[in-house]
Amino acid sequence: MASDTLTRIAPLAGAAPGGSGTGEDEPRPRRRGGDVNRIAGDRVSRGWMIAVTVAMIVATAYFLIPVLWLVVASTKSTGDLFSTPGFAFADFHLWDNLVALSTYDGGIFWRWGLNSVIYSVFGSVLTTLVSAVTGYALAVYRFRGRKVLIAIVLGSMLIPGTVIAQPTYVLLVGLGLNNTYAGLLLPALVYPFGVLLCYIYAQSSVPTELIEAARLDGAGEVRIFVSMGLRLMGTGLVTVLLFAFLGSWNSYLLPLLVLTDQELMPLTVGLTGWSQSSITIPGLQILTVVGSLVSIIPIAVVFLSLQRFWKSGVTAGGVRF
Amino acid sequence: MALAAAPTATRRRKFSAAGRPWIPYLFVAPFVVLFLVFLAAPIGVAIGNSLLSQQSSGLGFGGRELTFVGIDNYIRAFQDSDFVVSFGRVLLYGVVQVPVMMIIAGLLALLFDSALVKAKKFFQFAVFLPYAVPGVIAALLWGFLYQPSVSPIIQAFTSLGIDVNLLAPGTVLWSIANIAVWSNTGINMIILFAALQTVPREMYEAARLDGAGEARIAWSIKIPMIAPAILLTTLSSVIGTLQLFNEPQVLKTITSNISSDFTPNMAIYAASTLGKDSQYSSAMAVILGVVTLIISVVILRITNRRSMGATDGI
Repeated sequence: MASDTLTRIAPLAGAAPGGSGTGEDEPRPRRRGGDVNRIAGDRVSRGWMIAVTVAMIVATAYFLIPVLWLVVASTKSTGDLFSTPGFAFADFHLWDNLVALSTYDGGIFWRWGLNSVIYSVFGSVLTTLVSAVTGYALAVYRFRGRKVLIAIVLGSMLIPGTVIAQPTYVLLVGLGLNNTYAGLLLPALVYPFGVLLCYIYAQSSVPTELIEAARLDGAGEVRIFVSMGLRLMGTGLVTVLLFAFLGSWNSYLLPLLVLTDQELMPLTVGLTGWSQSSITIPGLQILTVVGSLVSIIPIAVVFLSLQRFWKSGVTAGGVRF
Repeated sequence: MALAAAPTATRRRKFSAAGRPWIPYLFVAPFVVLFLVFLAAPIGVAIGNSLLSQQSSGLGFGGRELTFVGIDNYIRAFQDSDFVVSFGRVLLYGVVQVPVMMIIAGLLALLFDSALVKAKKFFQFAVFLPYAVPGVIAALLWGFLYQPSVSPIIQAFTSLGIDVNLLAPGTVLWSIANIAVWSNTGINMIILFAALQTVPREMYEAARLDGAGEARIAWSIKIPMIAPAILLTTLSSVIGTLQLFNEPQVLKTITSNISSDFTPNMAIYAASTLGKDSQYSSAMAVILGVVTLIISVVILRITNRRSMGATDGI
């Protein structure tokens, strides 16, 4: 019990934000800290090493080549896109293409980009807050209806968003929220998987003793949550934030149903619209290519900058070279 | 047992009688309200709506009015052979796509967990990068790679004298599956890899002392230890295949071999937008939801029997 308390208190010293306790009440610790005595497999045969390296190169080629093609294609003129080999650079038209992308239809592309940012940033922050406060309450408090709520969260994880997209659309029309920012933002806030993750993180990283201590110091429940709960759940919240962000950024079916106004569309709907129109307007083909490339960049940056954060939680302590 | 029970009891007493019993309800209120409005209500709307039908009133000039038709929409859906076939299509797709993807993701995770791979960070980034490409954009991208006029892949095959059509009636489903594998292998690999990282290394040392090779350790220790993560990723992949929409909907614009009701979700979308029949569309959505639920529960049942402790103590 003593060591249990110790590992539970450890995060208080700020040593490991979100580090999980490893008490008897948690049969499956989510990650291990300070795992340094990893065997480096020193007796691995050369043959295996070569086979694995070849396999990794093949896999990497498969996963990267389409993106490389997109980069090369973005630098071509419409004519060269169809007449030159896919991976060969032709005349460098990237700037012309970007100018065309920015000016087509009064710069509607950037409007779509702004919309995607609005939906994803506001959506993911709000989703994370709603999930965090719910998961925290489920983990920290015992109240009537708690078990029912947990069951609801688990059950609704099995109901995929796309199944209720059409009825949600019908409902939004009824509420007069179709074709509005709110109509797309609000349904995304119900994120049962996020609640479950927050519940698990709060269980493992918010120590009961700490809350009791804060209470004795006269802190209110809301303040305890805001100043301690959110901080202790840090790593987990970044994970939820990342998934919610990706979810909004990738969302397609609901915006396709809900939005008819070009000015409100996110990139996914806008770009597929262009792709569709490129059958009759050939110039749109290259704009779709360049637009796709531009739309990937911010999400790759977001992922890369957050990767250090949430992967450090996931692979904590693994000293590897 | 007694030791473990005592603190729980204390915790329970302290946390339920904190002076303000409404606090937990205040905390969960936003979620509960949003859940009721944007998850429970749409389900209710779908079920209610599915029992109605639009009937043109009078001579068909004036407005259309809704009448109660019971399960007529459901009967119509089950008799709609295109809709039934679309289920068979995504099931066939899932039976191939999910195992292929999970095996690739699992092998990669095991390799990354071993000491065999050098430059791990770069390779992991490469595998994960497609997940950062929105599914719709990935479909647009692969769409170009499937079109003979621009595709370097088809150009390469043609120069070898091989004639391939990746958008033919027989191959287009697998071209879609390829996009899904490309997009989602990375996230599944990361989840499985993270699970592998939590397995105590001491177990491998013990097995090595007993003379087990790396392959044997992977098969007999690593895979059973991460069974819950495999279950989670497989289940969400299966749910994903039933919901298939983005990729075929995007590819539909470049080939005539994808009908507007190619998958159940596309049929729902088409009935709602092209057919303007929100009631029929709702009935199809309910059917898809129920089928998804049944398949999820079956998978959970089968795997729960085999892997204990998969519930993560919830």
